[in-house]
Amino acid sequence: MHATTPVPYRVLARRRETADTVTLDLVPAAGPLRPFRPGQYAMLYAFGTGEIPASVSGISGDTLGHTVRAVGKVSEALCRAERGDWIGARGPYGTVWQTPPAGSDVLIVSGGIGLAPLRPLIEEVLDRAKEFGTISVLAGYRNPGEQLFLADLPRWRSRAHVHVTVDHPEPGWPGATGLVTGLLDSAGYRPDRCAAYLCGPEVMMRATARDLLRRGVPADRIRASLERNMRCATAWCGHCQLGPVLVCRDGPVFGWDHAEGLLSTPER
Amino acid sequence: MDTSAPPAELDEDGLAMLVDALQARGLAVIGPTVRDGAIVLAELTSADELPYGWGVEAEAGTYRLRRRDDRAAFAHSAGPQSWKTFLHPPRARLWQADRAEDGTVTVREDDDPPPRYAFLGVRPCDLRAIAVQDRVLTGGAYADPVYGPRRAAAFIVVTECTEPSGVCFCASMGTGPGLPDGAVYDLALTETIEPEGLRYLVRAGSPDGEDVLAGLPTHPTDGEHARRAVADAAGRMGRTMDPTDLRSLMAGTMTAERWDQVADRCLTCGNCTMVCPTCFCTTTEETTDLIGDHAERWRRWDSCFDLDFSYLHGTGPVRSSARSRYRQWLTHKLGTWHDQFGSSGCVGCGRCIAWCPVGIDLTEEVAALRAEAETSEGAP
Ligand SMILES: Cc1cc2nc3c(=O)[nH]c(=O)nc-3n(C[C@H](O)[C@H](O)[C@H](O)COP(=O)(O)OP(=O)(O)OC[C@H]3O[C@@H](n4cnc5c(N)ncnc54)[C@H](O)[C@@H]3O)c2cc1C
Ligand code: SF4
Ligand code: SF4
Ligand code: FES
Repeated sequence: MHATTPVPYRVLARRRETADTVTLDLVPAAGPLRPFRPGQYAMLYAFGTGEIPASVSGISGDTLGHTVRAVGKVSEALCRAERGDWIGARGPYGTVWQTPPAGSDVLIVSGGIGLAPLRPLIEEVLDRAKEFGTISVLAGYRNPGEQLFLADLPRWRSRAHVHVTVDHPEPGWPGATGLVTGLLDSAGYRPDRCAAYLCGPEVMMRATARDLLRRGVPADRIRASLERNMRCATAWCGHCQLGPVLVCRDGPVFGWDHAEGLLSTPER
Repeated sequence: MDTSAPPAELDEDGLAMLVDALQARGLAVIGPTVRDGAIVLAELTSADELPYGWGVEAEAGTYRLRRRDDRAAFAHSAGPQSWKTFLHPPRARLWQADRAEDGTVTVREDDDPPPRYAFLGVRPCDLRAIAVQDRVLTGGAYADPVYGPRRAAAFIVVTECTEPSGVCFCASMGTGPGLPDGAVYDLALTETIEPEGLRYLVRAGSPDGEDVLAGLPTHPTDGEHARRAVADAAGRMGRTMDPTDLRSLMAGTMTAERWDQVADRCLTCGNCTMVCPTCFCTTTEETTDLIGDHAERWRRWDSCFDLDFSYLHGTGPVRSSARSRYRQWLTHKLGTWHDQFGSSGCVGCGRCIAWCPVGIDLTEEVAALRAEAETSEGAP
């Protein structure tokens, strides 16, 4: 089979996360793709509409979880998919969230839908919580209605410090307000023993990395998932170029020691 | 290959027999021919369709055919197309999908055998361009299903270059006008114009090439005249580019003022990317039939000058200015291509200079960037 030919999957379950975001659990309708690891992505195909990159947000045996925000024609079509519907998938593609070294404090920082690619890492780290020090999940959203994975939170909270902040609170909002970087002080982590994972808008990742570096977290202990337009995922189409790298092949997850240089020249 | 074989040459009849022999092997022979005021690459029915007696004048923003005072068939420089038109076609179907009543979708790859081409008249610079695309499209973790089989089936007849144009600079890039060491081809020809007619110094570069050559009438030669014609051509390049450390020059000039200057002229039309023999970028399109139960995935050439190329939802085009798009093109071609694919992305064919509607010349841009870098280094 050719590298760009989608493999048949079926929607096993569909959960609405927010007004515009849906999580699909996909099961193979023929053979499964090779196993995915946290941080990797698939190309998901909505029949007759097209294909987009989407990170894996849940891994359970051969079942792939994907959390998709409807922003355009393909993501909308995927969000409309119902239980039993056919979805094409190919992958796994890209680099992984390296598991933190034993004994590290783990700091996971997301902005908006950026929590989705981090979810399989959170699950993995929580499953092996005894191997690590403090585990913190800091999630920022524009408003409370954007929160993802509310059903997971009680379980996550039993083993990790989970803090949520929003830019625009509603009356009665019990959490924090302001940028996710504002949570960095209250999260307990030892900068020299910490492994940090960032996913969200580029400005949010830059600000978070800057603050972490300032607090003494080494750049190579910070990992970030970058986003560029992708048409092929196989390093043939050129769309995902970012200076010397092809994000589809060399990323999307990069160490900040590398990512900082990649993002240092404004592209505009 | 038996490199100790004594040098041999074909005459014009021998060249015609070569075309016939390639066709007899079931290959579609693609070669240069005159069409619409340019030398284009097209399927030849016989050697008669070669551009005998035609030459080319090319300058920044200019390309014109001119009558030569001899009958040479390969005394013209690169035209608007390159071999990528055939190996990495402008549009290609990747697969088709059909949806049954129960919603099940079946995806079918095309199983048509790939077209089998013989390319006649591949310049050394263009041979390198094919090698560059090989690395991009088949050298990584995934082999391109369109390019790979076409490339594997292709029979390549190189013709060394004896007639560079005003925009050529392959000698600077080490890709021509003669065949560089280590070049991979099936047959190589060097055309010379002798009092008794056209002559083609010929050598085989592969077992297939040897096989074809064995069936052709050759005459012994010392090959001296051909070697001299190629050596001469190296001295007649219309352009030069200082190849010294282009990769760090590009990496170190991202904030140069020169980019604003070139952006003032660049129309972001993307012609340079279409004519470039190494530019490989593509996008994909989904087409469906009226009922919507049949879908096809097509791939077509795309250009980094197109605004949608770097489009991200929520952000818009990552590279929105002409400055950033021209800079992306040139720094990729000469710089980051090395990081991504282990070679330069430019072979010095000069096409982008000739076919730029406003005559932007990358050799001039590189010289200006180098001058700017040296001035700022020298600054206190
Ligand atoms: C590695 C990676 C992982 C991703 N993971 C997720 C995820 O888990 N969940 C999720 O909701 N979204 C994810 N995205 C973003 C998602 O791919 C885009 O939202 C989607 O491509 C938009 O396509 P569209 O057709 O729905 O929208 P349109 O706006 O109609 O897009 C038009 C075209 O632009 C391109 N494009 C637009 N926005 C993006 C973008 N942000 N990234 C890449 N290409 C884009 C697409 O190729 C698309 O075909 C990811 C992107 C990347 C690169
Ligand atoms: S960049 Fe210009 S000169 Fe270089 S290979 Fe491409 S078209 Fe030829
Ligand atoms: S450099 Fe010339 S050919 Fe290339 S995009 Fe600009 S105007 Fe068009
Ligand atoms: S997505 Fe096509 S080259 Fe990276």
